[in-house]
Amino acid sequence: MISAAETLPAKLEEARALNAERGTSLWRDAWHRLAKNKMAVAAAVLLILLTIASFAGPLVLSQSYETQDLRLGAVPPSAGHWLGTDTLGRDLFTRILYGGRVSLAVGLCATAVALTIGVFYGTISGFVGGNVDVVLMRIVDIIFALPFTVFVILLMVFFGRKFVLLFVAIGAVQWLTMARIVRGQVMSLRRMEFIEAAEALGLSKLRIIFRHMIPNALGPIIVYATLTVPGVMLLEAFLSFLGLGVQPPMSSWGVLIKEGADSMEEFPWLLIYPGLALAITLFSLNFLGDGLRDALDPRAAKD
Amino acid sequence: MDDGCARAEDALLRVENLRTYFHTRAGIVRAVDDVSFSIARGETLGIVGESGSGKSVACYSLLRLLPQPPGRIESGRALLGDEDLLHCSERELRQVRGNRIAMIFQDPMTSLNPYLKIGDQLIEPLLIHARGSRREVHMRGVAALREVGIHNPEGRMRSYPHEFSGGMRQRVMIAMALITKPELLIADEPTTALDVTVQAEILELIRKMQHELGTAVIFITHDVGIVSAFCDRVLVMYAGRILEAAATFQLFSEPKHPYTQALQRAIPALHEKGEELYTIPGAPPDVAKPIIGCPFAPRCEFALEKCRTSAITLQEVAPGHQSACLRVQLREIDLAPAAHASERFAEKVKMD
Repeated sequence: MISAAETLPAKLEEARALNAERGTSLWRDAWHRLAKNKMAVAAAVLLILLTIASFAGPLVLSQSYETQDLRLGAVPPSAGHWLGTDTLGRDLFTRILYGGRVSLAVGLCATAVALTIGVFYGTISGFVGGNVDVVLMRIVDIIFALPFTVFVILLMVFFGRKFVLLFVAIGAVQWLTMARIVRGQVMSLRRMEFIEAAEALGLSKLRIIFRHMIPNALGPIIVYATLTVPGVMLLEAFLSFLGLGVQPPMSSWGVLIKEGADSMEEFPWLLIYPGLALAITLFSLNFLGDGLRDALDPRAAKD
Repeated sequence: MDDGCARAEDALLRVENLRTYFHTRAGIVRAVDDVSFSIARGETLGIVGESGSGKSVACYSLLRLLPQPPGRIESGRALLGDEDLLHCSERELRQVRGNRIAMIFQDPMTSLNPYLKIGDQLIEPLLIHARGSRREVHMRGVAALREVGIHNPEGRMRSYPHEFSGGMRQRVMIAMALITKPELLIADEPTTALDVTVQAEILELIRKMQHELGTAVIFITHDVGIVSAFCDRVLVMYAGRILEAAATFQLFSEPKHPYTQALQRAIPALHEKGEELYTIPGAPPDVAKPIIGCPFAPRCEFALEKCRTSAITLQEVAPGHQSACLRVQLREIDLAPAAHASERFAEKVKMD
């Protein structure tokens, strides 16, 4: 009887300890906080739906993005064409979905690439410091100084018009600012007392970077990343205009918006709907970004 | 050289001829210039000095925690057993940091990572120094928090630093530093950023933990009062050098360096009313310029021409009592303790 009374609290303690272990990861915690943020969850759901619609939608739709119906011309939204047709009589809804493939892929992939290179490069530069930092940052300055248009034209001259080059061109410029932001963050964190304390505890440099620095630098990184996505999508439209991006009859949101803007007075729906698709995406990204930033920062938690 | 330890084999850590310079654009700053000392197991060693006297830099050098560059350890050895901390590999050093030698810092508000839960940070030293399973480690973390007097330790493991007050954070820092049962704890002004009542609690806590674990403590401070109450032995640092080293009682009852005496006179006493507090005239020398002779000479009332021209060395002037004052070494001057300093010390002893 006595032994049972003794072991019970011990067992309870143990169970509690086990429970605590499971919930201790920074990411798990952030995930729980994110799940509580309704706007962020709604934004994430919307983004996922948009992505699914863009990639799977055209497979189930009856209309093709390239079938022209010149007799029809541009007609406003109707039962046959939900979002109307463009000047060549092509179904706008289908075109927006197809365009979403390109825009979302470019926007998210290029941002992910920029994020990876930028964080990696900036962290090394800021953490190692000294001459390494000087050399790495001068390289960034030099690439920054190259005129983007000239760079794109050079790419086209050497490699021809290839869709992959779109990623190369965008990737080559977008990571630069990210690297600078991360470097600045890391440099200021480097001198924080808790980093010194971590060093004094015998943590390895890698552990300090991944466990203590990157989580602390994530706020600005995420905010900048959500700003990068729309930037990249618009850049893609510009590149398509130069002939490096998508080629007709294929389309993207950037291209659709540009075409829509040309004829906005006669056929406003050609501008409104692609614009709406882009706007919804960007809004969602911003809400998700804000939510992520708040979720990662325990000080922002309301409870 | 005798360094105050009764027997050489008792020494836990021996620091010999440590020189740490900062190479800046303005020139070479000799932050620590030829400092030697040792600390015995379980001993509490105080290092007092003004801001910029090199006391923190000396201790950061031991664990090579200074940003290099601009900091550079120019010479010296720091022997922990047979291992020279100044020349071992980074990997070996990491085995010492947080494991055999732990540190606590001045500002508890910024020495915890705001993004990690207290529990996760607390047990990190145990995890990286590979001691036991995750669950054992967690239980030890809870026990450590209870040890340092934090209520509801189990729940507090899941709190974030911003939910703690300054004093509580310093308690966490102490728990974290001592969780691996280190042989030496370096406390860099651990109470400076706290208010007076919390200060006393934290000092008491460090002392309690020290008695339980037998940890030696290096206590860096500019508060002479704390030193007198807390430390077994004291080093007085000035302009990157040690000017005097002695047992606390000796240092306060019979100072052997004019600087120490001046420091004592500058302690405010509670019962002396109406008298203006003594301040040492002048300012500490610029350590970016090479100092010939005694660094305190320009401010010293006993200084002679030879003090300004001949190099100083730390020498034993009484059993276990070292002084770098040339004139004391030659028995030319005899210093009296500042009147209230020894009284004050006697009071502290009574209180303990």
